[in-house]
Amino acid sequence: MSAIATVSLGKCYRNRWALRDCTVSVPAGRVVGLVGTNGAGKSTFLHLTAGLAGATEGIVTVAGEPQRGTAAQLARIGFLAQDAPTYRSLTVEEHLHLGARLNASFDSGFAQDRVRRLGLDPRQRAGGLSGGQRSQLALTLAMGKRPELLLLDEPVAALDPLAHREFLQDLMELVAEHEPTVVLSSHLLADVDRVCDHLIVLVNGRVRLAGDVDVLLAQHRNLTGPRRDLTTLPANQKVIRMSHTDRQTTAVIRTREPVLDPRWVVTEIGLEDLVLAYMTTDAASDPGPASLEAVRS
Amino acid sequence: MIEFRVDLRSGVSPYLQLVHQVQQALRLGLLREGDQLPTVKEVVAQVAINPNTVLKAYRELEHEGLAAGRPGLGTFVTRSLADSSLGAHKALRAELVRWIGKAQTAGLDDKSIAALFADAHHRLTMDGVA
Repeated sequence: MSAIATVSLGKCYRNRWALRDCTVSVPAGRVVGLVGTNGAGKSTFLHLTAGLAGATEGIVTVAGEPQRGTAAQLARIGFLAQDAPTYRSLTVEEHLHLGARLNASFDSGFAQDRVRRLGLDPRQRAGGLSGGQRSQLALTLAMGKRPELLLLDEPVAALDPLAHREFLQDLMELVAEHEPTVVLSSHLLADVDRVCDHLIVLVNGRVRLAGDVDVLLAQHRNLTGPRRDLTTLPANQKVIRMSHTDRQTTAVIRTREPVLDPRWVVTEIGLEDLVLAYMTTDAASDPGPASLEAVRS
Repeated sequence: MIEFRVDLRSGVSPYLQLVHQVQQALRLGLLREGDQLPTVKEVVAQVAINPNTVLKAYRELEHEGLAAGRPGLGTFVTRSLADSSLGAHKALRAELVRWIGKAQTAGLDDKSIAALFADAHHRLTMDGVA
C-alpha cells in the first residue's frame, strides 16, 4: 500500500494555484526528498498531506484512507512546519510533557534523552532558545511521536553544521528502527542525495519528476559530443535539458535503452545534476508527464 | 568493529564505498571470520545515510560470500581476504610510512603521492606481464 497517494491534487489560494495536477504515489517506508524552488508548492503538498489544509481539487490518501484531518489520522502523522513553531512561554520540559499528553504513542524516554544529548536546559523557556535550539525541540517532538508518516518542511534551515549532521543521523536511526515513511523538503540536494531513496521534484506547482532514486538515476544519462541538433535523437531518448557551445552539445536525456550513437560520450548522472536539470527546464516547453511514467515503472 | 565513512563527492556510490571498506578491512586483517558487522541502525546513526543503502551493501557482501546474516543476531564475516602475506604487512607498512614522509618532505601533495604510487605499481605490473 502507498503511504501517500495523490490523484490530480490541487490547491488554489485566492486565484493562484500553489499546486496542480499532482499525482504521485509513495510506497511505505520510503524517505522522500521533496525539492523545488521557493514557491514551487512543497509546503502546500506537505500541508495537504498532513490534513492541515483542504484540497481545492483532487484527493490525497494517506495509508489508503482519504485524508480528512480526523484525530485518528493526525495521531499517526508527525508534522514539522517550516518555522518550527514552539510555545514561547513553556519550558523545554513542559513541551515534552505536552507531547506525551497529546500523543498516546509519544516516546518520552527518547525525547528526554535527545534533549539531554542536545544540551538543552529542560527549565529554559522556548522563547529564550536560539532559532537552532527551537528547531531541535520541535524536531524532537515530531520524532518522539513515533509517527507512521513524518513530514518535515525544511527541518535543517536553522541548524549549524554540527546540529545538521546530528539531525540526519537521528533521523536515519529513527528510520532504521521504526521504518516510518518520511517526506523531507529541502533545498540541500546533498542531504537528499545522502538520505533519500525517493524523489519528488516540483516546479511552479507541478510535479516534474517523481519516483525511486535508483530507478530515476538508471533512466537518465549525461551526453556530451560535437555540436548538433538534438531533434535527430531516437524516439526513445527524451531530452530533459541541453546546452550548446560553439563546438559542443551537452544534454541530459531520459531513456530506458542504451545510447548507441558513438558520437556521444555517455556518463551516468548524479542526483544533484538530475534535479537541477528538471528544475531548470521550462515546464511549458515540455508537457510530457514524466512523473506518471516514473510511478508506473 | 569496523567504522564506516561515506564521501558523497568521491563519485563512488555510497553502498559501494561500504562494500570496499569491508573488503579492505578483510584484506588488512582488521576484520576476521566470525566478526560482527555493525547493525544497520549503528551504521546510519554514524554516517547518516539511508538504511537501504547499508542493506544493499550487506546484500552485496553476502552475494560475494564474505558475510552472512543471522536472523535476529546481525551480519557476520564468513570469509577473510587476508592471506599468508599478512605477517609481512607490519614491516611493509613501516617502510611505506617512511617513504610517504619523504615524499611529503619533497613537496608532493596527497594526490601526487597517490598518482606516483599508482604509476610505479602499474609499470611494475606491466613489466611483469611483458
